[in-house]
Amino acid sequence: MAYSDKVIDHYSNPRNVGVLDKEAKNVGTGLVGAPECGDVMRLQIQVNEETGLIEDAKFKTFGCGSAIASSSLATEWLKGKTVDEAMQIDNMDIVEELALPPVKIHCSVLAEDAIKTAINDYRRKQGLAELHK
Amino acid sequence: MNIYLKALLYLHDRIDLNKNRMLQTPIYLDNNATTPMDPRVLEEMLPYFNRSFGNAASRNHSFGWTAEEAVDIARERVAKLINASPKEIIFTSGATESDNLAIKGVFEMYAAKGNHVITVTTEHKAVLDSCKHIEKNGGRVTYLSPDSQGMITLDQIREAITPETILITIMYGNNEIGVLQDIPAIGKLARENNILFHTDATQAVGKIPVDVEADHIDLMSFSAHKMYGPKGVGALYVRRRNPRVKVTAQMDGGGHERGMRSGTLNVPGIVGFGKSCEIAMNEMAEESKKLSAMRDRLERELLTMEEAYVNGNPEHRLPHVTNISFKFVEGEGLMMGVKDIAVSSGSACTSASLEPSYVLKSLGLDDDLAHSSLRFGLGRFTTDEEIDFAIDHVKTAVNKLREMSPLWEMFKDGIDLKSVEWQEH
Repeated sequence: MAYSDKVIDHYSNPRNVGVLDKEAKNVGTGLVGAPECGDVMRLQIQVNEETGLIEDAKFKTFGCGSAIASSSLATEWLKGKTVDEAMQIDNMDIVEELALPPVKIHCSVLAEDAIKTAINDYRRKQGLAELHK
Repeated sequence: MNIYLKALLYLHDRIDLNKNRMLQTPIYLDNNATTPMDPRVLEEMLPYFNRSFGNAASRNHSFGWTAEEAVDIARERVAKLINASPKEIIFTSGATESDNLAIKGVFEMYAAKGNHVITVTTEHKAVLDSCKHIEKNGGRVTYLSPDSQGMITLDQIREAITPETILITIMYGNNEIGVLQDIPAIGKLARENNILFHTDATQAVGKIPVDVEADHIDLMSFSAHKMYGPKGVGALYVRRRNPRVKVTAQMDGGGHERGMRSGTLNVPGIVGFGKSCEIAMNEMAEESKKLSAMRDRLERELLTMEEAYVNGNPEHRLPHVTNISFKFVEGEGLMMGVKDIAVSSGSACTSASLEPSYVLKSLGLDDDLAHSSLRFGLGRFTTDEEIDFAIDHVKTAVNKLREMSPLWEMFKDGIDLKSVEWQEH
């Protein structure tokens, strides 16, 4: 399969690989996928409680190049956004940016799912209601 | 000049040459898929494309006689490598055709005797799909499951035999994991029960000694391009004595190849096949020693990584193959990471629904381990420098992906992955 240059770039130089303290009140964690399916993504956001902006984002992904690239791109996009803005990220934006072929659209769906799961985890810690995905 | 000085200068030149030789990437380590043609084979073939272009079946002029003579020599060379007689060699387009001819041909020829065939779930698709074909036509097939190392026992075969059994077809060496079955014993068991024995020996012939007499083989498929010969030519060995075996032709026409396979002979291909058999005959012993030493080094080095496992029986194995699973990395991601070496993956994930190798699944491997496997196939032209490069390249890729893998992190933190509630999507 031919990968786009952007997928190769994110795969070769993944942005924001790492871990945030998942116990911290201002950190939200989203773990999605399953090993049997060949994709597991963990995406984390750290929110500045004064400004309401996402000041850091980290990921770790077990999956194909497109899955790694989708989550790497997601962390780039998350930084500097408000939580509400982050909620608006759509998987098709990721598909477009990375030029994912149809068989890899599920990677972008998984990334969107990881973002929303992380945001809801953060909201729960803040005593806010979960948002519908 | 003093002979020692000469030798020293020679060695010095050799070392210098090696130093200056740039390593060309990607490095080819997929010799189970196909092999590069040996230059000696190509040289032997060339005149038969244009100068000696005759049809080996033309009886009335020297063009035909020259071609026929070349085919005769090749047939002798092919036969000699497997201890057969030249008349027992039926040239085909390759091992897939040979498998089809053997299985469908026996099924049709021996219909009056029975309709049952015994095979194994880890066979090549050419065998499995030929078996599926005869099932559609009233045949009955038993698919034996190997143990976790890919081995079949004689008892399994014995228990599967019925009065209707006409054929046992079990491969010599497996294409994905290199496992060698106990072919002489299986052949003997078949002979004792008056059942024909076919083996797909595509990966074994030319790599290890294969002897149709000692191994009690009645029919055997093999191919030139797996042993440094050209693509598009192979053979089916069909025993002529004790017992005399016949197969129904699957290709009708001019009655070539004793009526079992019609079609104008691929003279240049057959000449190349003959040459590659001759070279294998002379060089196999040395070559397999060299390759197994290289393979063992590659394997040893890669197994120094945690959670890396060899698939298949490590004792009964072809000398040039190893298949290794790297836990906690995903197969397609791994393939992308090892782009500077050409290897095969146990993962055939070209679509959203991942399909791990059916051979590895047959050994009972979990999907994730089957997905994250790599098959390394060394060959005649593989060098130590290339193995060094491959070791380094694979280690780097696996380590990098594990650093990125949440599963690896959980494993290192002592979390049992089976206890995690996954969000399947």
